[in-house]
Amino acid sequence: MSLTNYLVLAAVLFTVGAVGVLVRRNAIVVFMCIELMLNSVNLTLVTFARSTGTVDGQVIALFVMVVAAAEVVVGLAIIMSIHRTRRSASIDDANLLKY
Amino acid sequence: MDPVPATGLLSVSWLLIALPLAGAAVLLLGGRRTDRWGHLLAIATVTASFVLAVLGTVELAGLDERSVGVDLFTFVSTGQLDVGAGLLLDPLSMTFALLITGVGALIHVYSVGYMAHDPARRRFFAYLNLFVAAMLLLVLGNSFVALYVGWEGVGLASYLLIAFWYTRPAAATAAKKAFIMNRVGDVGLALAIFVMFTQLGTTSYEGVLGSVGLLGGGTVTAIGLLLLLGACGKSGQFPLQAWLPDAMEGPTPVSALIHAATMVTAGVYLIARSAPVFDAAPVAQTVVAVIGAITIMVGAVAGCAYDDIKKVLAWSTVSQIGYMFLAVGLGPVGYAAGIAHLLTHGFFKAGLFLGAGSVMHGMGDRTDMRRFGGLATRMKTTFVTFGLGYLALIGFPFLSGYWTKDAIIEAAFDRGGAAGWLLGGVAVLGAGLTAFYMTRLVLMTFFGRPRWEDGVHPHESPAVMTLPMVVLAVGSVAAGFVLVQVAPLADWLAPVFGQPEEVAHVVPPVVVSVVVTVVVAAGALVAWLAVGRRAVPTTAPARVSLPVRAARNGLYADAVNEAVFMRPGAWLTRAAVQVDDRGVDGLVTGIGTGLGGSSARLGRAQTGFVRTYALGMLGGAVLVAGALLAVAAG
Repeated sequence: MSLTNYLVLAAVLFTVGAVGVLVRRNAIVVFMCIELMLNSVNLTLVTFARSTGTVDGQVIALFVMVVAAAEVVVGLAIIMSIHRTRRSASIDDANLLKY
Repeated sequence: MDPVPATGLLSVSWLLIALPLAGAAVLLLGGRRTDRWGHLLAIATVTASFVLAVLGTVELAGLDERSVGVDLFTFVSTGQLDVGAGLLLDPLSMTFALLITGVGALIHVYSVGYMAHDPARRRFFAYLNLFVAAMLLLVLGNSFVALYVGWEGVGLASYLLIAFWYTRPAAATAAKKAFIMNRVGDVGLALAIFVMFTQLGTTSYEGVLGSVGLLGGGTVTAIGLLLLLGACGKSGQFPLQAWLPDAMEGPTPVSALIHAATMVTAGVYLIARSAPVFDAAPVAQTVVAVIGAITIMVGAVAGCAYDDIKKVLAWSTVSQIGYMFLAVGLGPVGYAAGIAHLLTHGFFKAGLFLGAGSVMHGMGDRTDMRRFGGLATRMKTTFVTFGLGYLALIGFPFLSGYWTKDAIIEAAFDRGGAAGWLLGGVAVLGAGLTAFYMTRLVLMTFFGRPRWEDGVHPHESPAVMTLPMVVLAVGSVAAGFVLVQVAPLADWLAPVFGQPEEVAHVVPPVVVSVVVTVVVAAGALVAWLAVGRRAVPTTAPARVSLPVRAARNGLYADAVNEAVFMRPGAWLTRAAVQVDDRGVDGLVTGIGTGLGGSSARLGRAQTGFVRTYALGMLGGAVLVAGALLAVAAG
C-alpha cells in the first residue's frame, strides 16, 4: 500500500469537508463537515507517523480528537441554543453579528 | 530734571482725577435715583478739580524746582516690567489740567441748559465726568503707560458721547468710525511704548526722555513716527482726519469739550511731552511739521464748502490743530507757541461750539446754515460771544488768535530756507482760508434775510447757557495777549522745554503781522462777496466746480480710506475666513469624514454570514500554504 493512497484519500475527505462547510446551510451538517476535515487531518498525521516510524503524529492525532470532542460539546450547545431562540438550524439565520 | 517729591497740596493731586471719576461712578451706578441732582454733582466734581488745579498751579509756581512727582501705587509689576502709577506735575501738565477742568466746568454748566429736555441727562453728565477724569489722567500721568490708559479712556468717553443718541444710525456709525480710526492711531502709540520698553526697559517720562541719547538714530526716529501716528489718530490729523467731522453727531457740548478744546489736542500734548525724542529725530520732527501743514490746508479747504455749521467748525478744528502740529514740529522755537495756540484755541473754539449749540437750540436742532440767516437781532448774546470767538479765530488784530497764530507763522518762517518759506506760506494761506470760511459761516448764520423753515422760532438761550459763552468770549479776547505779552507762556513752560530760543526773525514780525492781516482781510472780503452781498440759496447749488465738489466730500478722505484700507481689509478678512473654513477646517473635517467613510466601507465586509468568513479563512490558509510551498520550492 503506497503512502499516496492515504494522502489522496485525506485530501479528498478534506475537500469534501471544506466544500460542505462553505455550501451547506444546516448547522449540523456544517458541523459534521468540520469533523470530516479534522479527521482527514488525523488520517494524514497517522499516515506520516507510520511512514517515518515515529509516534509523534499519532500523539498529535489523539490531541486533535480530544480537541474535537471538546469542540463538539461547545458547538452542539451553541447550535441547540440558537435553535431554541430562532426555531432554525440554518447558519444563515444567525447573522446578527455584522456591521 | 528729576521730579522732586510732592509736598503740601500737590501730594493730594490725585484727587484731581479721583473726583470726576467718583462722580461718573456714582452717576452710572446710582441709576435713576440720581436723576434729580446728578448734573449738580457732576458740576461740583469738575469745579472742585478746577479749584484744586488752580491751587496746585499756584503752589507749583512758588517752587524752585517746578517738576513734582507723586508716586501712587504699583500698576504693573511683572518680570522686568515695573510700571508705577504716578503723577508728574510740571508747568505743562498743570497748564493742561487748568484748561481741561476750567473749560470742562464751563461746558458742564452749559450742558445743564442744553440737555435740559433730554431724558438721559444723567448718563450724559456721567460720561462727561468720565471724560474729564480720563483726560486728566492722560496729561497728569508720569509715564507713557499712564498716558496710554488715559488715552484709551478719553477714546472710550468720546465713543460713548458721540453715540449718546445711539438710536440715530448716523450717530452710532459716527461713533464707530471715530473709535476705529482712533484705534489705528492707538496701535502706533502702543508700538512706540513697546519699543521704549524693549530698548530702555522703562516707560516713565523721566526714564525715556532722559535717556534718548542712548538710543540709535533709527530707533528714535521709529519711536517718533509711531508716536506721531498715535497723535494723528487722536487729533484728527492727516491722514486720519475723516472721523472728526462725523463726530459732530454727538451733542454740541461734547463737540465743544472733546472734539475742539481738549481731547483732540492730546496729540499735541503727546508730541510736546515727547519733545526730547523729536529733538533727537529731525526726520520725525520734520514729518510732524509737514503733517501739520497738510492738515491746515485739508481742514481749511473742506471747511469752505460745508453748509452744516458744526461740520464747518469741526474742519476748522482740524485745521487749527494742524497749526499746533506745525508749531511743535518746528522744534524748540515752536513748542511754547503751539501750546499757547492750543490754549487760546481751547477758549475760542469751545466758545464757538457753544455758540453754535445755542443757535441750534434756538432753531430746533437744525444745523444747515442755508436755513439760518438774520439771527443777530434775535440772539444778541449768542451773536456777540460768537462774534468775539470768530474774530479771535481768524486772527483779528490784538485778539487771541492774532497773537498765537502769528507766533506760529513767524516760527515757521524762521525755519529758514525753502522749507521755511513753504511752511510759512501754507500757514499764511491757511489763515486766509480760515477767514473765508468763518466769515461765510457768520454771514450765513447771523446776517442776511432770514431763511428759516416754517415753524422755527429763534430765541435766545437761557442764562445757564449764555454765561459760559460769555466767560469763554472774554477768554477768547484776552487769553492771547496775556499768554504772549503779559505773562509769556514760554517762560512758564521753560522747565519743560528749556529757555525759549530767541526767534531769528528771517521775516520781521511786523511784516508777518501786516501780511497775515491783509490775507485775513482778503479772505473775509471774498466771503462777503460770495455770501454777504448776494442772497444765499436755501439749497446748495448742484452745478459746482470740481474743487468745490471735492471739498464738499471732505477731499474724498472717506473714499480713499474705503478704497485703500476698508475694501482690501474686507477682502483680506474674507480670504482669511475662506482659508480657515476651507483650508484649516477642511483639513480637520476632511480627515474625520475620510476615516469615517472608509471605515463604513470596510464594515460592509462584515456580512454576518459564517460561510463568508469561512471562505475568507480558507482563502487565507491556501494563500499561506501556497506561499510556504513556493518558498520551499524556491
